[in-house]
Amino acid sequence: MTGSNGDGPAEAIGRRRFLGYVLAAPTLVAAAELRPTPAADARLPSPELTELLDLNDMMTAAALPTSGLISVEVNRDGTVSFALPRAEVGQGITTSTAMLIAEEMAVPLERVRVTLADARPELLFNQLTGGSNTTIATYIPIRVAAAIARLRLLAAAATELGSAVTDLTLKAGVITDRSGGGIDIGALAEKAASMRTRQVSVELTSRESFTVIGRPHNRIDALEAVTGRKKFAMDLDVPDAKPTMVCRPPTINGKVGSVANLAEVRTMPGVTDVVVISTGVAVRAETFGQCIDAVRALRVSWKPGSAEGKSDETVLRELEAAELPLGLRPPTPTVEGKFTFYFRSNSALEPNCAIADVRADRAEIWSALKSPIVAKQTIAAKLGLPLGRVTVHVTEGGGSFGRKLFFDAALEAAEVSQRIGKPVKLMWHRADDSRQGRTHSMATSRVRVAYAGDTVLSYKQRHTSVSTDLGHGLGEIITAMAARLPVGDIGFSETFFQLSQAMSYDFGVSSRLLSETDKGFNTGSMRNVYSPDVTCARELIVDRLAARMGKDPYRFRHDFLRDDRSRAVLAKVAEAGNWGRPMPADTAQGIAFHAEYKSVSAALVEIDCRPETVNRPIRDGVTGPRVTKVVFAVDVGLAVNPRGLEAQMMGCIMDGIALALTSSLHLRDGYFLEASWDNYFYTRQWNTPPELQIIVMPSASEKPGGAGELGVAASMAAVACAYGRATGTMPTSFPINHGTLSFTPKPTIPPIPPSPTDGLNHAR
Amino acid sequence: MPEHTFRVNGEQVTVNVAGDVRLLWVLRDVLGITGPKYGCGINVCKACTSHLNGKAVNPCAIPVKDLQPTDEVTTIEGLPAKVGKDLHPMQQAWLDHDVVQCGYCQPGQIMAAVALVRRAAAEGREITDADLDGLRNICRCGTYFRIREAIRAGAENM
Repeated sequence: MTGSNGDGPAEAIGRRRFLGYVLAAPTLVAAAELRPTPAADARLPSPELTELLDLNDMMTAAALPTSGLISVEVNRDGTVSFALPRAEVGQGITTSTAMLIAEEMAVPLERVRVTLADARPELLFNQLTGGSNTTIATYIPIRVAAAIARLRLLAAAATELGSAVTDLTLKAGVITDRSGGGIDIGALAEKAASMRTRQVSVELTSRESFTVIGRPHNRIDALEAVTGRKKFAMDLDVPDAKPTMVCRPPTINGKVGSVANLAEVRTMPGVTDVVVISTGVAVRAETFGQCIDAVRALRVSWKPGSAEGKSDETVLRELEAAELPLGLRPPTPTVEGKFTFYFRSNSALEPNCAIADVRADRAEIWSALKSPIVAKQTIAAKLGLPLGRVTVHVTEGGGSFGRKLFFDAALEAAEVSQRIGKPVKLMWHRADDSRQGRTHSMATSRVRVAYAGDTVLSYKQRHTSVSTDLGHGLGEIITAMAARLPVGDIGFSETFFQLSQAMSYDFGVSSRLLSETDKGFNTGSMRNVYSPDVTCARELIVDRLAARMGKDPYRFRHDFLRDDRSRAVLAKVAEAGNWGRPMPADTAQGIAFHAEYKSVSAALVEIDCRPETVNRPIRDGVTGPRVTKVVFAVDVGLAVNPRGLEAQMMGCIMDGIALALTSSLHLRDGYFLEASWDNYFYTRQWNTPPELQIIVMPSASEKPGGAGELGVAASMAAVACAYGRATGTMPTSFPINHGTLSFTPKPTIPPIPPSPTDGLNHAR
Repeated sequence: MPEHTFRVNGEQVTVNVAGDVRLLWVLRDVLGITGPKYGCGINVCKACTSHLNGKAVNPCAIPVKDLQPTDEVTTIEGLPAKVGKDLHPMQQAWLDHDVVQCGYCQPGQIMAAVALVRRAAAEGREITDADLDGLRNICRCGTYFRIREAIRAGAENM
């Protein structure tokens, strides 16, 4: 999303030589510039974006030359510290970052301590976690800082040991000379420090010499997680930050009219405070259980919300009205299709939550935030505090999938804490998260392909979507504000759409346009944003086109893909997945391709749509067709941590299965019916493919591509294509089970369900 | 306020809290035991799965007054001590298979897995695909496949 390229940040002064700094500090601190996005996007089609970039350039020029540094610190105990200006929400970037440092410093991975940096407004655009951009943007700067640290340590060791630097080797955190004398880097932490800040040039390790990067490593935070010691926001012990929840409206973004029993609820067991805020009625209590009881006891009269009376059907009509024309049908044969994608929730398992301690003259916030700078600035503005008086800590996140680009809970927690003058630990109930949280916009996609003989003449796609809130901008408030301007936002969304949607096939004249409508919903960039829907529509049409031309779906794609790298991943899944093998009736294979984030991917899926499988019984669950096998091939260029990359693809595949088959929100009467994980059918164990193979393609590339979201699009598309081939009918509405409501909706008043009492009966 | 006495992770505890407060909040908000996570509060997502007298339960659905002084609650924090090691074999299998992504659901996943393996063992049989399909714990990161591999491996060493 931020569009940096691999060799952009950190100033290159040769093929592998870069400039960085040694900072004035008591122990060794080496740094490199995490430079704001280069203006390489000048070719963008939108005049609004050009204005944005001009603003960016102006701000870059105004920034102090060393304000945007990221630094590697060597500690006296021989460990190395680095505060990563990104959010770790499960994607494994603390591990891959530690690997980069371990590689360049020749220290064991266990000695590298990666934490998450507080909000640093001086980093401008460079503290946004999104667009699968972390590794692309930080790959060079982190290594430069680490390499400078290594240089300084070697120089200090040379003095200590009385040897020439060229006679020294640094291995496993110990520097040894030719006589066998050795010194640990911890003993050099002070001696290698600098009295003043100096610029230094350094050469990075060449790819052929890598011993850490490119080899599979397990996650550095796994032990903490499996022992329950890993701390998420709600696990932090901030003095007097008591549990707090909000009684929310029955319809999307409704407002409080009046509350009939505030005083009464204030006297309920454990309750310390009840106060009306902008989003509902906040309750603070000794335990979250007592918050739930108090929220349920509140009698609130509500004012209308921002989607009053709307339903799936009315939104579908809005989308039809907003659809851009495909133009006149050409005289040649065409293949055409229109597809509908219902609202989906990007809820993570950790709900929206934050701790806030707001005092008269300062505020401190703890939350998993992917755009902490905008959060800090927005919170400061809301509280009426100077920016410097607001501290925003980025905590480890329990998943995001785009949700944590927004800071809804942090803003709310700050508001409550200021109103009652006490620290709060604020958490959304799961029902809140489903009904009032961010969603992936409902959308339609119309595709028309014209062909003649064996040639595809043109490809047109008109994607029409409920407006996607990109209001977190590029992670900085000025762009966030620009994205909220009516004109600027259209430009931004369209630009984002154009930048993220490649046409990978040789399909002649190609045009893909986005039209957005209706800003009444709480939306956001769900993992892989527009691509799963756009790609799913395209790949289904590709299958139909292949059939019309009498070609095999795999051969057709292989023939029309534009480059060897793309053809290689496709050929790989076809070979490894035994494409074309005979399959029983009502079962089939599907194949799909997607390119994004400087990476390419292909999926081969086998699906079982036989009645005995579709109707297998699962209590309170949606079974439906079972994806029985997935073979996925991915080429991200240089894969820093192949095991982490495989993990990301596995998660993307589970998302793709859910998007194609089971998971959606149903909009009725201005609210979403879903209020539980047993209403919103994200992939569960009973939907998981028993066979899964992920292939990381070998690559000689020196540059890493993005991966955190990459696999969703091809997975969803391949499942849809397999379903179409198994049933003989191309699916046109997603997820395919959306038309069947598989649960009884929970009431909207009170807004959250009661806590069950029968837990002992279910011990097993 | 009424007092409630039970055992947690090998220790006898007494808490002063209303009897209808669910065990999850007694563990997290009163005792500061944060391994069991909130994911839904209605016994659906299973992120809080812990053991009561060796069986899998969901503390979000147990009023604390239902516990007896002899009842033994084991959370992820107390699991290794049950086998007298730093790590339970299932936790080790989780590490070996690098299961964790965000990690939020994993304490509950591991506690559910251990109880499943014990159930199968009590019935004198191996873990089946149907057993694994029957696990209800949500993992929104989609680590399901590695969970299945880890459970089979962990079961070997239990």
